[in-house]
Amino acid sequence: MSAQAEPLLRVTDLATHFVTRAGTVKAVDGVSFEVARGEVLGLVGESGSGKSVTGYSILGLVDPPGRIVSGSIQFAGRELVGLDDEAMRAIRGREIAMIFQDPMMTLNPVLRIDTQMIEAILAHERVSERAARDRAIEALRKVGIPSPRERLAAYPHQFSGGMRQRVAIATALLNRPSLIVADEPTTALDVTIQSQILAEMQSLCRETGTALIWITHDLTVIAGLAQQVAVMYAGRIVERADVDALLDSPRHPYTEGLLGSLPSSVTPGQPLRQIPGSTPSLGRLPPGCAFSPRCSYATERCQADAPGVYFEAPLATPHGAPAQAPAPAQRQYRCHHPLQEFSR
Amino acid sequence: MSPIAATEAGFPTDLPPPPIVRLESVSKRFVKPLDAAAKIANFLGGRQREEVVHAVDTVSLEVAEGEVVGLVGESGCGKSTLGRVVAGIHPPSSGTFRYRGKTFDEMSMAERRQATLEVQMIFQDPMSSLNPRLRVRDIVGEAPVYHGLTDRAHMAERVAEVLERVGLDPSFIQRYPHQFSGGQRARIGIARALAVNPRFLVCDESVAALDVSIQAQVLNLFMKLREELKLTYLFISHDLSVVRHLSDRVVIMYLGRMVESAPAPVLFSQPNHPYSRALLANVPSLANRHTRFAPLSGEIPSPLDPPPGCHFHPRCPHAGARCRVERPALTELAPGHSSACHLNSSGGVNA
Repeated sequence: MSAQAEPLLRVTDLATHFVTRAGTVKAVDGVSFEVARGEVLGLVGESGSGKSVTGYSILGLVDPPGRIVSGSIQFAGRELVGLDDEAMRAIRGREIAMIFQDPMMTLNPVLRIDTQMIEAILAHERVSERAARDRAIEALRKVGIPSPRERLAAYPHQFSGGMRQRVAIATALLNRPSLIVADEPTTALDVTIQSQILAEMQSLCRETGTALIWITHDLTVIAGLAQQVAVMYAGRIVERADVDALLDSPRHPYTEGLLGSLPSSVTPGQPLRQIPGSTPSLGRLPPGCAFSPRCSYATERCQADAPGVYFEAPLATPHGAPAQAPAPAQRQYRCHHPLQEFSR
Repeated sequence: MSPIAATEAGFPTDLPPPPIVRLESVSKRFVKPLDAAAKIANFLGGRQREEVVHAVDTVSLEVAEGEVVGLVGESGCGKSTLGRVVAGIHPPSSGTFRYRGKTFDEMSMAERRQATLEVQMIFQDPMSSLNPRLRVRDIVGEAPVYHGLTDRAHMAERVAEVLERVGLDPSFIQRYPHQFSGGQRARIGIARALAVNPRFLVCDESVAALDVSIQAQVLNLFMKLREELKLTYLFISHDLSVVRHLSDRVVIMYLGRMVESAPAPVLFSQPNHPYSRALLANVPSLANRHTRFAPLSGEIPSPLDPPPGCHFHPRCPHAGARCRVERPALTELAPGHSSACHLNSSGGVNA
């Protein structure tokens, strides 16, 4: 991918906070990343890491008491932060679509599929209902729903969980968006069904050039799907790199810990290299690096001073010294003591 | 390392130890009886029939003392029901369940009570299996007091001891479940099961709801407890990587039937049944980068109306005429490795 081309999406220093009686929860706190056209970005993290709120922020779906307090979201050259509701509605569903973990968040249980899908088209375009219906049928066929013409007249409850998720994906595809944000869309599904949906998403992105942000806790899915990965912890991206670099030689100890926690990372029967402790509550984060209480490499510096973003030049260029300006191919991490090659 | 030694000792190779749990052709059916209107309709010549779900369909299974058996399948395959039969929660509809060689009917009251204490279950969702209004002290301490394993005066000590064993701070004893994180709640569920000195744990998706880093901690805890307490496990999961990690032997179920059973290393290196092969091929792995996912077609049919013959034939790439009519029997391919597929028989799929 050329580093010069303007990315489709550029998120810079995004901060989304929730102001509650118990204090301010910094769900997303200074997140930056780019997604190029047709690229798949995996956004990985555990519960409470802020990965879903990042996705919601892009679509302007953060409800009070949550609010984007600072930062910028540039989509195809337009600034999305601060856009009024009407302008945001014109983009949402047309240029950026979202797929949720639970397809019933997308589908209305009391309306037939055709009503919902045709409405989604007519909300953004002036076409005849007949043309809209044909497009809905085509979208259902693309995601692998058998006899789509007949199934269009069904209600959501008449579909199985996997089929419902396909309908939600088909709905997201209707207006040929250039970016899809998918929030754990296969987590609740069985292995064989997950695999079917991943295969379909993959070929769709390849055919239509749609960019995809795939939010998940599952690094193994990311390995097969994404080109670029960002790992989130306590509201921040702690490491970002292309998928091979990140999985083969993680720089951040948390990424290393996540990889070590996977049962497939060791010989069966051997103890897993677990991360001690539990994910912190966002309301009471420790000073310094949020991961430091669980990190075996932590020093006094980590406890006092939160690491900024370090950039590392791609392997192709000599001298991997911290560079000044970020370029898309660079890997970056927030750690004072990054791990070196082969340290795993 | 000792866990490896334990793994090898668990293989049912030469001189297997007597099974701690033995299921012989166990079936569990759930029947929805006809309501009054349907009965009247039938009286008038209607043809309403009772709806029957064969959740578990003639499964035979032995678990040796000290062994970890992984039970794998997708939703609706009957793995949880089978787990509940083993834990004594559901009586089987037909077939026999033996604990240390005896059915419940053959046991005296005292033996029966001992047997039910020795088999404990750990559930998937700690929030729905822990009473939100009880303190940890009572959640964990209630059963040992009731069963006379300790008295009220020493309950707190015993609870503290069990909490320590599962890696929880004994000072949490007065807290309620909602004051814990997900991983800690999972540990409370494990502590509750351990409080009555079980020999056999049935773990039903016990790590499925946990974050990756917490799941690793709980898996390590399961292995530590196995070492320390010489426990036997039936580990039910849809996650093949978890099962591979923990199990000595793996049993794969599809729509109520056992389709393959083999020692874990054999199953993961040479799966025989087409469904097992498809499942393994569909597991995402870190090693597969930028993969083209090659899925198995179709969906799991409704257990209310399973396909005739081999349940898997509508999705099977090798299915022939015989598969549509005749149920394949579970046959032994090698010691400890059996599979239910017509491909293995001399007649093949078209006989």
